[in-house]
Amino acid sequence: MSWSWLSIASLVTRSAIHKPATRLYPLERRAPYAHTRGHIEFRIDDCNFCTICAHRCPTRAIVANKEDKTWAIDHTLCILCGNCVDDCREGCITLSNLPRAPMDHKDVFSIRQDYAAPPPLKGEGAGTPVEPPIPPAQSVPGTA
Amino acid sequence: MAETTIVPFGPQHPVLPEPIHLDLELDDERVVQALPSVGYVHRGLELLAERYEYVDMAHVAERICGICSFIHGQGYCQAVEQLLGVEVSPRAAYLRTMWAEISRIQSHLLWLGLSADAFGFESLFQHTWRIREQMMDIIEETTGGRVIFGVCKVGGVRRDVDDETLARVGRRVREIEAEYNGIADIFRRDHTVKQRTVGVGVLSPADAHLLGAVGPVMRASGIRRDTRMLGYAAYGELDWDPIVEESGDCYARCEVRLRELNQSFDLIAQCVERMPEGPIEVSVKGKRPQGELMVRLEQPRGEVCYCLKANGKKFLERFRVRTPTFANIAPLVHMLKGSELADVPVIVLTIDPCVSCNER
Repeated sequence: MSWSWLSIASLVTRSAIHKPATRLYPLERRAPYAHTRGHIEFRIDDCNFCTICAHRCPTRAIVANKEDKTWAIDHTLCILCGNCVDDCREGCITLSNLPRAPMDHKDVFSIRQDYAAPPPLKGEGAGTPVEPPIPPAQSVPGTA
Repeated sequence: MAETTIVPFGPQHPVLPEPIHLDLELDDERVVQALPSVGYVHRGLELLAERYEYVDMAHVAERICGICSFIHGQGYCQAVEQLLGVEVSPRAAYLRTMWAEISRIQSHLLWLGLSADAFGFESLFQHTWRIREQMMDIIEETTGGRVIFGVCKVGGVRRDVDDETLARVGRRVREIEAEYNGIADIFRRDHTVKQRTVGVGVLSPADAHLLGAVGPVMRASGIRRDTRMLGYAAYGELDWDPIVEESGDCYARCEVRLRELNQSFDLIAQCVERMPEGPIEVSVKGKRPQGELMVRLEQPRGEVCYCLKANGKKFLERFRVRTPTFANIAPLVHMLKGSELADVPVIVLTIDPCVSCNER
């Protein structure tokens, strides 16, 4: 005779009085751990464009240009190894523990230093100040 | 001679998480012969060693397989470190051991769930994976990733685990083990599980040795051999003994994995208790690997071999992996001979086939 029903009955009783093991996503979300590898964040203000991050990137996801003062990352190539975070002397690159939202198309997140917003077109928004984009981001297709 | 029928099994089959194909030659319901064919998920990862620098190649090695990801990274790094003549710090060795055992637990729990599903025991499958999820949380908390750990690097490990987290992991592991013991009890006692596994797919010790079985398949046939006995990483300093079962059937293979889980929980607790202080990595900057060698490690599925050939440049000349699934295919074909068609899924599953590893 099998005595496994004792173990099964105990498991069923515990499961019945315990709260569910699953969460009601998206109503209930789990807080990420402090060291979860979520996504790479970049702050361009202190960047001196040494391009070490681009050279240390194993998947060539980062493209930094000293002349144009641009820094770009392709999040679809990034494997979150953390080489760029460890090697950035200025501390511009950080690893956030929040995962990125899924992308619906492939694009490159590109930032340019000293970026000036274009002046507003005549007749459009006259009299209202135009807020500069912070951080100024634009898609540069085909640079991956 | 009676007429035989050939029934294709796979590459798409409900019990197979990954594609492998078997041509089963049947006499009525009994298997006369099984012809395996593999190659559905070949990605050519070994060739990438010639295009990635040896340091960056650790990332590729870790991506050979999603379930044994950490141990692939560890094996590659250990092999390159031996070529470079670098010895990792004791703390890095202990951390590697701890993560390898966590990886083994999640792999064995995944297998137990899949096997319960193959028996038709759906609720046991769900409960096993519920426990596995708690191990995945420990992986995420300590390494930052869930599938790809990304913590092994040539010369040591990438990130340290603070004492508070280590103590928490030690406590959590004991709690999870207590919860797991309840599930293991069902696997050991249940009538359904025994009916499907006892006396099915028997592999004798002589056949296991002759056909080159590795890992739990070999240990379930009574051969006391475990690559961890070589004492790599911190295994030489920890108290443990290989798990061996005698009967060689599907039940014995299941039992070996059940007992190995308890052993892994214990090894993690030992690592946490004895974790030495010190640096976590040794710099390999400017060094170039030179020579040729083979390194062996114990994966959840058995012994894995890494062959490396380097010629003093920053790219390796050759990187070759012999995975445990490849070694266990010949014993599988032997086990299938004479079995019932209905038992084939269970027998195939008990070698724990990892086709992604096998084909790379």
